[in-house]
Amino acid sequence: MLRLERGSAPLWLRALLPIAAVLITFLLVSLAIWAAGANPLDVFYEMLIKPLSKRTSRLEILVQATPLILTGVAVTYAFAAGYYNIGAEGQLYAGALMGALVGPKLTSVPAFFAIIVMLLAGFLGGVLWALIPALLKVRLKVDEVVTTLLLNSVIVFFISALLNGVWRDPISGWPRSPAIAESAQFPSIISRSRVHLGFILAVLALLSLWWVLKRTRFGLELRASGLGKEAARFMGVPVAKTMLTAALISGGIAGLAGVSEVAGVHYYLIDGLSPGYGYTGIIVATFGGLQALGVAIAGLFLALVDTGALSASRALGIPAYLGDIVQATLLIVTLAVLLLNRYRIVRSKPMRKAP
Amino acid sequence: MDFVIALLGATLRIFTPILLAALGETLIERAGILNLGIEGTMLLSAFSGFVVAQLSGSLWLGLSAALLTGILLCVFMGLLSVTLGLNQHVAGLGITLLASGLALFSFRILYGGSSTPPSLERSFAQLALFKGTALEPIFSQYGITYIALLLVPILGWLLMHTSFGLRLRSVGENPEAADIAGLNVYWVRYQALIVGGALMGLAGAYLSLAQLGAFTHGMVNGRGWVAIAIVIFGNWQPSKVFYGALLFGFLQALQLRLQAQGIPLPYEALLALPYIITIIILALAGRNASYPAALLKAYRREGA
Repeated sequence: MLRLERGSAPLWLRALLPIAAVLITFLLVSLAIWAAGANPLDVFYEMLIKPLSKRTSRLEILVQATPLILTGVAVTYAFAAGYYNIGAEGQLYAGALMGALVGPKLTSVPAFFAIIVMLLAGFLGGVLWALIPALLKVRLKVDEVVTTLLLNSVIVFFISALLNGVWRDPISGWPRSPAIAESAQFPSIISRSRVHLGFILAVLALLSLWWVLKRTRFGLELRASGLGKEAARFMGVPVAKTMLTAALISGGIAGLAGVSEVAGVHYYLIDGLSPGYGYTGIIVATFGGLQALGVAIAGLFLALVDTGALSASRALGIPAYLGDIVQATLLIVTLAVLLLNRYRIVRSKPMRKAP
Repeated sequence: MDFVIALLGATLRIFTPILLAALGETLIERAGILNLGIEGTMLLSAFSGFVVAQLSGSLWLGLSAALLTGILLCVFMGLLSVTLGLNQHVAGLGITLLASGLALFSFRILYGGSSTPPSLERSFAQLALFKGTALEPIFSQYGITYIALLLVPILGWLLMHTSFGLRLRSVGENPEAADIAGLNVYWVRYQALIVGGALMGLAGAYLSLAQLGAFTHGMVNGRGWVAIAIVIFGNWQPSKVFYGALLFGFLQALQLRLQAQGIPLPYEALLALPYIITIIILALAGRNASYPAALLKAYRREGA
């Protein structure tokens, strides 16, 4: 007789879970496609296979993956420490804002320095926006879920005030920030493509995540406070300090995602710069199992879903919102499937009644 | 004076969906669940209400569909967070993302990407009270607004003075004790989700079937997040949630009026104010904030 027992799942099962999650997700999503009157297989082909067959769309996936990997890494740092930062979206905008403020002033600075200044500005913006809820959490025990969530809206309003106020172009009326200096623009790293320096940044962020979590004392303390604050405290982990640091690193990397969109893609700040990358980062981190390799795969996969949804909408007339449905379903299914991670399937004799 | 009257009328119009959603969230949070699915729940309810009303020609069928959608999504939240015991905030966000995606996807399938969004031939009519008096412009509101106003004392009474309310509060404060006392913690939490979901559905219905008579992409536009803030502002009490929603409605109405009169003012500051006030309140209350003690904690029976 098979029975579920508490305990960590064997390795082979843990490796199979994400695959199972993807399969269940596409099974569920095919219901939506079928209801919309299309053939799910055609749609999945357009969405998942076709974009991989052409150089341009393969590279476009890397452009899309850049902010998703960065926010995914950002969220992972926080979640792994048990700090539920729902504010990556706001921290991304804070980084973008700092980049847009600094960028136009860098006209007479050599590109190398201009880009370093941009990166520092973006990181700092994210850190500052993450500082408020993080301090409230460790000093006053104010739950971070709600504060980080609400601060997302606050910064979007603030940026909207700038865009519709001092930044509004007096002639064209466009609500957008002044263009950043040419020297501050992220260079393209692959010829004839939109892939920019931000992608290297994303790779470095992934490496930092791997190294910190696996190779440093801080990473050990971070994971310990994520697994259980009381136990971590008992083992001598400075839980408050660890969480604060993790929250700020998380904010900083989300800020880098913002500045990378400004300096690598648009060259100015616009309304709707992020179509919810901060929230997608939560999906990337969760599906990625809160570890570097997983986040890398998850970021690329969700970028493929995004790009593929667009091309499927062009080719088959299926609304591109299908991509959002796939991503949200994947999040929920992953959460549910991860439950199995906590159990072991054991073969056992029928339980005897307790005496 | 006309300015004030018009302002108060607009305040009530803006405040209705926020109040309904915040009241629903209050009940759910008092039972120990933070439902971040609220934003998507409102949007999908607004959508299903609109579609059913448009296809059937009956506003009442549309209203029922919106309520049912709200209930189903909150029951789904229960399946994830109560039955399976998943992480509440991530599950809630997942529901918001999924429900929003489904609403926008289906809307595009049904109505294409036309630039003129379809609208209902007829939406709910306004109901004027105090006819012929100076108050008439304030109280020319949709029926749902009056229902929302009545719900404030009703839910306050339900929560504090009935056994249903006592059960609900006890599973949100101390589920272990509630279980020992013989309550079915899961079922009580589902009950809170069902009632709360109906209120969120009603909030969505107000937007599409009364206020706008149509469905648009950015229809909910963060109202769910405002409702979450207002629940905290209102200290998880329906009467204070009412004041919070009123304050938000007033600020928003003021902002619209000032903008219409061409007064140069960063109106976003007024929009951001409720969020900032909520965070300040949380900071001031700090450790003493009267969160339902079991909020965000899934309840697992020993050995289950």
